[in-house]
Amino acid sequence: MSGPERPGGEAGEAHSGTDPESGGAPLRPYVITRGRSRPSRNTVGVETLLVATTPATPLPLSAVREERALVRMCERLLSLVEAAAHLELPVSLVKVLASDLVDSGHLTARSGVPQAVLPDPQLLQEVLDGLRRLR
Amino acid sequence: MVSAGFADRYLPDTVQQAVKIPVVGAFGVGKTTLVGSVSEIEPLRTEEVMTQASVGVDDLAGSSRKTTTTVAMDFGRITLSPRIVLYLFGTPGQRRFWDLWEGLLEGALGVLVVIDTRRLEDSFDVLEQLELRGVPFAVAVNQFPDSEFYGTTELREALDLLEDTPIVMCDARDRGSSADALITLVEHVLAREVVRTPEAAS
Repeated sequence: MSGPERPGGEAGEAHSGTDPESGGAPLRPYVITRGRSRPSRNTVGVETLLVATTPATPLPLSAVREERALVRMCERLLSLVEAAAHLELPVSLVKVLASDLVDSGHLTARSGVPQAVLPDPQLLQEVLDGLRRLR
Repeated sequence: MVSAGFADRYLPDTVQQAVKIPVVGAFGVGKTTLVGSVSEIEPLRTEEVMTQASVGVDDLAGSSRKTTTTVAMDFGRITLSPRIVLYLFGTPGQRRFWDLWEGLLEGALGVLVVIDTRRLEDSFDVLEQLELRGVPFAVAVNQFPDSEFYGTTELREALDLLEDTPIVMCDARDRGSSADALITLVEHVLAREVVRTPEAAS
């Protein structure tokens, strides 16, 4: 077990043999994302559905603990915001990580409504039918 | 970390499409209650860090500083069909949180604004912002036991709503009532879409 109280430590407490000499010190989000605050693609949103790609490709040695935790969390289908909540990581951070992991082929994204495209009536009708079933 | 284990955490693999509806309102208005009453999961909390210039607030002798605020957002989930999942985000309505809206409004089906008739003025800013941004929304009036009753006509006038903006009375604690508010919103959005794109979908 490594260092004290890191954000997301509980789920991210991997066998950290490959962790870059962080020595368990708290990493600020900015460091985890290697200085970026925006994701590489603008198609990941809070509601983007993520699932680990199968067969799994091993993560590079340079992968940070949070990336490993995210891939593990998404072993089955889950939205980005749920993964962030379960890992106790800020959503903005998870967006950057998820975006990278989709680019590298470790995660597969099923997006939400494409931005700037209005939801089509058929989708709205399906949503409406689903809501009516809740009654 | 509920004892239910992790099995419930995940979505059926058939789900292809996620949609979202921000549930916006002032502090204490019942957003989280509403989200919780219809959500199939125990509402989850996520934190977002916002950096903002502290303007006008205890400005210490002209020192302009940036402050970092952590905003908690509660959200819930409803799997509407084998194909579609809906996320509901309880989103604070105050002006200083509008940055947070950006990521939430993009791609949202529409917005449900929750109001408390005892503090109508708290919602003026939010309603105005949504109208300016052209986001479709419906107003859910959360009835508290000690609320005075107002008719929808009165409320529409007091809130200065556009004619076609729906108002629905609701009890945020009640699942059916909360679902009705969401249904009203989606019906409204659908009606707008149909007007906008006549026959286009066929």
